[in-house]
Amino acid sequence: MAVKKGGKAVDVADDETPVPLQAILLADSFAQKFRPITLERPKVLLPLINIPMIDYTLEWLASAGVEEVFVFCCAHAKQITDYLGNSSWQTQPNFKVVPIESHDCVSAGEALRLIDERNVVRGDFILVSGDTVSNMSLKEVLQEHKERRKSDKLAVMTIVVKRSHASPVTHQTRLGNDELLLVIDPLTKELLHYDDGLLNNPNKARQVAVDRSLYLNKPSICLCTDLQDCYIDICSPEVLLLFTDNFDYQHLRRDFVKGILSDEISGNKIFTYELHGEYASRIDNLRSYDSVSKDIIHRWTYPIVPDIRFAGNNVGLKIERCNVYRENGVMLPRSARIGPSSVLGQGTSVDENCVISNSVIGRNCVIGRNVTIEGSYLWDNVTIHDNVTIQSAVICDGCVVRAGARVEPGTVLSFHVVIGQNFSVPSYSKISLIAQPTEEDSSDEELEYVEATSVTTESPQKLLEGEQQLTDITGSSPQMERNPPTVAWKESEVGPSGAGFKWFMRDESQEEEWRYSVAPIPAEKIEEMRLREEQAGVDDFDQDAGAVAEEEEEELDSVKKKRDFEREAEETFRRLFLDGVPEANVILEVKALRLGFNVEGSDCAAACFKSIINLALEEPFTKDSELFIIAKRLFSKWKAILRNYLTTEDDQVEVLLKFEEICSEPAGKAFAPIFCPVLRVLYDQELIFEDAILSWASEKQDAEEGDKIFLRQCEAFIKWLEEASEEDDDDDDDDDA
Amino acid sequence: MGQQMNFQVVLLAGGVSKQLFPLVSKELPKALLPLGNKPLLSYTLEQLESSNLKSIIVVVAGEDVAEQIRAWISGAYDDRLSVESVTVAEDAGTADALRAVASRLTAEHILVISGDLVCDIPLGAIAATHCRKKASMTALLCALQVAGTSDGSSGSTGKEKAKQQSSNDVIGLDPSHEFLTFMASAARIDKQLQIQRSIVRAFGRVELHTDLVDDHLYVFKRTILQEVLEGCPGIRSIKEELVPYLIRSQLQRSNPTIQSKPLTENGGEQFERKIAPNQLVKSPLEQASLLGAQANNMKCCAYIVNKDRYCARVNSVQSFIDVNQDVAGERAVHLTGYDISRSNNVIHPTSKLGYKSTVGPHCMLGEGSEMGDKCSIKRSVVGRHCRIGSGVKIMNSVVMDHVTIDDGCIVQGSVICNNAHLQERVTLKDCQVGAAYIVSGEHQGEALAKRDKN
Repeated sequence: MAVKKGGKAVDVADDETPVPLQAILLADSFAQKFRPITLERPKVLLPLINIPMIDYTLEWLASAGVEEVFVFCCAHAKQITDYLGNSSWQTQPNFKVVPIESHDCVSAGEALRLIDERNVVRGDFILVSGDTVSNMSLKEVLQEHKERRKSDKLAVMTIVVKRSHASPVTHQTRLGNDELLLVIDPLTKELLHYDDGLLNNPNKARQVAVDRSLYLNKPSICLCTDLQDCYIDICSPEVLLLFTDNFDYQHLRRDFVKGILSDEISGNKIFTYELHGEYASRIDNLRSYDSVSKDIIHRWTYPIVPDIRFAGNNVGLKIERCNVYRENGVMLPRSARIGPSSVLGQGTSVDENCVISNSVIGRNCVIGRNVTIEGSYLWDNVTIHDNVTIQSAVICDGCVVRAGARVEPGTVLSFHVVIGQNFSVPSYSKISLIAQPTEEDSSDEELEYVEATSVTTESPQKLLEGEQQLTDITGSSPQMERNPPTVAWKESEVGPSGAGFKWFMRDESQEEEWRYSVAPIPAEKIEEMRLREEQAGVDDFDQDAGAVAEEEEEELDSVKKKRDFEREAEETFRRLFLDGVPEANVILEVKALRLGFNVEGSDCAAACFKSIINLALEEPFTKDSELFIIAKRLFSKWKAILRNYLTTEDDQVEVLLKFEEICSEPAGKAFAPIFCPVLRVLYDQELIFEDAILSWASEKQDAEEGDKIFLRQCEAFIKWLEEASEEDDDDDDDDDA
Repeated sequence: MGQQMNFQVVLLAGGVSKQLFPLVSKELPKALLPLGNKPLLSYTLEQLESSNLKSIIVVVAGEDVAEQIRAWISGAYDDRLSVESVTVAEDAGTADALRAVASRLTAEHILVISGDLVCDIPLGAIAATHCRKKASMTALLCALQVAGTSDGSSGSTGKEKAKQQSSNDVIGLDPSHEFLTFMASAARIDKQLQIQRSIVRAFGRVELHTDLVDDHLYVFKRTILQEVLEGCPGIRSIKEELVPYLIRSQLQRSNPTIQSKPLTENGGEQFERKIAPNQLVKSPLEQASLLGAQANNMKCCAYIVNKDRYCARVNSVQSFIDVNQDVAGERAVHLTGYDISRSNNVIHPTSKLGYKSTVGPHCMLGEGSEMGDKCSIKRSVVGRHCRIGSGVKIMNSVVMDHVTIDDGCIVQGSVICNNAHLQERVTLKDCQVGAAYIVSGEHQGEALAKRDKN
């Protein structure tokens, strides 16, 4: 309620004095997906088609009518403020870029709390991150948001989504994001449920669970997996308040959106706005870096394309056919083939017989003879010597790749790395002049990052300091100062006279590396995923078959399971009896089987019993009496192991029932005449106690006549037992007396 | 429908429905309940006849009931329809009923219709849609009709509506409203429902509707129907098990028609469509594998009825009263073939009204019924040869044939069966009076019948 009132007050103010359209740009992703590159330069300043990413975002905001942008910077704050200070944004009319610096924020939530403290946001604002590339007009979404706010004060946020079908095989979009499940009310566009990263749990992934409360009282809801979150949010001022009130909110989606959606008391609502035709993407990982670069080259982001001047893009540029962009002052021999969809930066020289396709080459690069560059991103001042092959790699400023070297797909060479002659850089390597922090907090999840900060404050702090240090020494060659030439680079990592440390990712992320890399997903991975998917489909079907036939089938299923277990267990016991496998091993093995098949202890007893019976049946005999003697011998021999499983009355009754079953089967018919004598043996050997026999007898009392054959046979014995137990009771009484 | 399509109809006429106690009995099975003074089953049969679907198998639960229905059909439709009738056990499920007639099915497509469906939907159109889409199954869906939209206090309807919704089925459709992607009856859902992720993925979007009703009219491809009925003996109910099973099976072996959809779609998604090939370039293998995947022709479609069509089921006492009102008024009177009067009601010319007696809109007065003075009938159906005294008020009720209502009775929201007798000054509210029962005094919300009330 308090929130609601607050909202009203703000809105009244809103109506009186029109506030400029404001935006908050988070120039820190609070993630580590671009490591090791981001250790030396903040992500928003990384070049995207030779222009820092932040310029794309600012250009879009400026063109969309935003008048004031608060750029929140944390990591490498100085670099960003310096860049902004010198940029043309300062002189742009009607567009104010205000940096907000912080040095200890570790999450978007903290950043927004800090901005709230500053009290600079006065009305609805746009929340984006500094790695957003878009050409969408904000007019319509703002209009929608405002209209909604008029009738519903609780509509605090509108998030922009765009259609993007995840690949049915890898379940990720071409931006490398995991499949996202949104539940939206199709009439109001209200977001009801936000679910990302379901894939971490394969079981959960197979079924989508929809809570009843989601569709209750709504004519329909829409489950969407074909939408992609653009991370462009139209927020009411309350959003900042909510972040301040809920000081544990860190992540914009995982905490804030989910928190709002699950909080029914305050009733705040989030709505979606679907983009049609306009472009919006966030560069979250290297795969999206690749995809967005291609989109820009293919002019989906028009008018934000290389040949239209904006921000720092003041170099003359020619566009040739097949989307080849050539900035002025490129040296290009006739024999070089520049393939489709490529960009060559100013002052770059390319030597004879080079083949460059689907790649972006930065400014002032030198490329030698017979070099092949395919699907790669070379930043500024990169030197490539002769006969080098580079495939789907990101090569940062100042790198040198010596003659004859190969750079395999997925490689990232951070600033000023040198690759030695004829060295082959394996796929998905990450090489940096900065050594990998030994005590890495190893997580790109900022929440864990926070936890790490609170538990072991030193490691991230140290890291941060390190980055700060680096920031301070952004000289011509920072690596030289930091890593004096005395450092021994490993030849196995960077080749002869190379420079750089190879980064080793955590095991899991190493495996998942292909998902987020600039390199296309290898064919064998796709094949593997596809097989897995098909497998899952088959499993699904099996499950369905079971689910449909309901209990009967379930029962059938458990019967089948029991049979399987029995067979396995019998085999195990046989090995004990015949091959002399140690008893302890067998007991352990049966225990494992029992857990594996999820059966009762009494089933073990039955299986053990049955294997002894089978053993007896295998020996030659002519008369019932002979069989009886064999059985007696075997039972006395193996009673120890059988007793293991006959601890409770239930187990014993189960064995009796099993015995009956065996006797009525054709294979065990020989035992039928001697049922009672064998039972006596079991009783005498103290394998089965009288309580069990009596409860078996009483259980059988109501059975059909056909089932009572064995009970009849044992009538005398049971009667004797009954009498004996009565006597026992009498005795007890006597004793008591 | 010039050309005869290869169709066979299975009409599930039910037996003695427990929900409709005490309205139905062994003497008066559900199928023969009077609706606008015509047996319920006649509506379905007329509809089938007008759609030129004349090869019909009627499945009835219980031998006694079957005998009556058989007799009635042979009397009424002998020369018009080719009707076979099959009897199943009284407790048989709907799928069991299908199983019982499975061996008699020979046509390419089987239309399964519930005998309690009262609608003016052109069944031929559903059949044609089914054929055109080459569907394995087509289900008829219709928008939820909130009974008595205009009248009734708004406060209670809101509550009722919420209650109603919570008991609604959940039906999943793809965005084009062509495919059925999910179906679960309310009874089967606890706190949350489970949808296969692969289905959501394949369609991109799945809309879950609670504002649609599955009206128990399905068209099946015979081969698939027989295969499933035989292969899964555990399936007992069409709606609860068979249909969800078919829907789930749709994508089992990735359906090429669906997988290729996002690429061939035109119109608004042009932008995305152009991007998609980019992905194609990246991974031709994955596309090829999916497009070339084993064809599974399972395709479950939905036929959604226009809102202006009438479609209702008689499966509860309330719906029985509601539908009776509807067929007595402009909404659905065309189903009965009666002529509607200017005051929006149907009064048989042989009936007699006393001095100052009024019959309001949405009323029907059957043949030979007589009414005393100062009576008032509102939104009610009165059967044949009823004797109604003076000063009687009947509202929102159904009075069947040969009922005697003495002076000063007030009947509201009730059903009074054949030959019942309301003595003087009886007041009934929301009651059901069984056949030949004699009522006296005041009653509210009771089922009054001769035999035990269970």
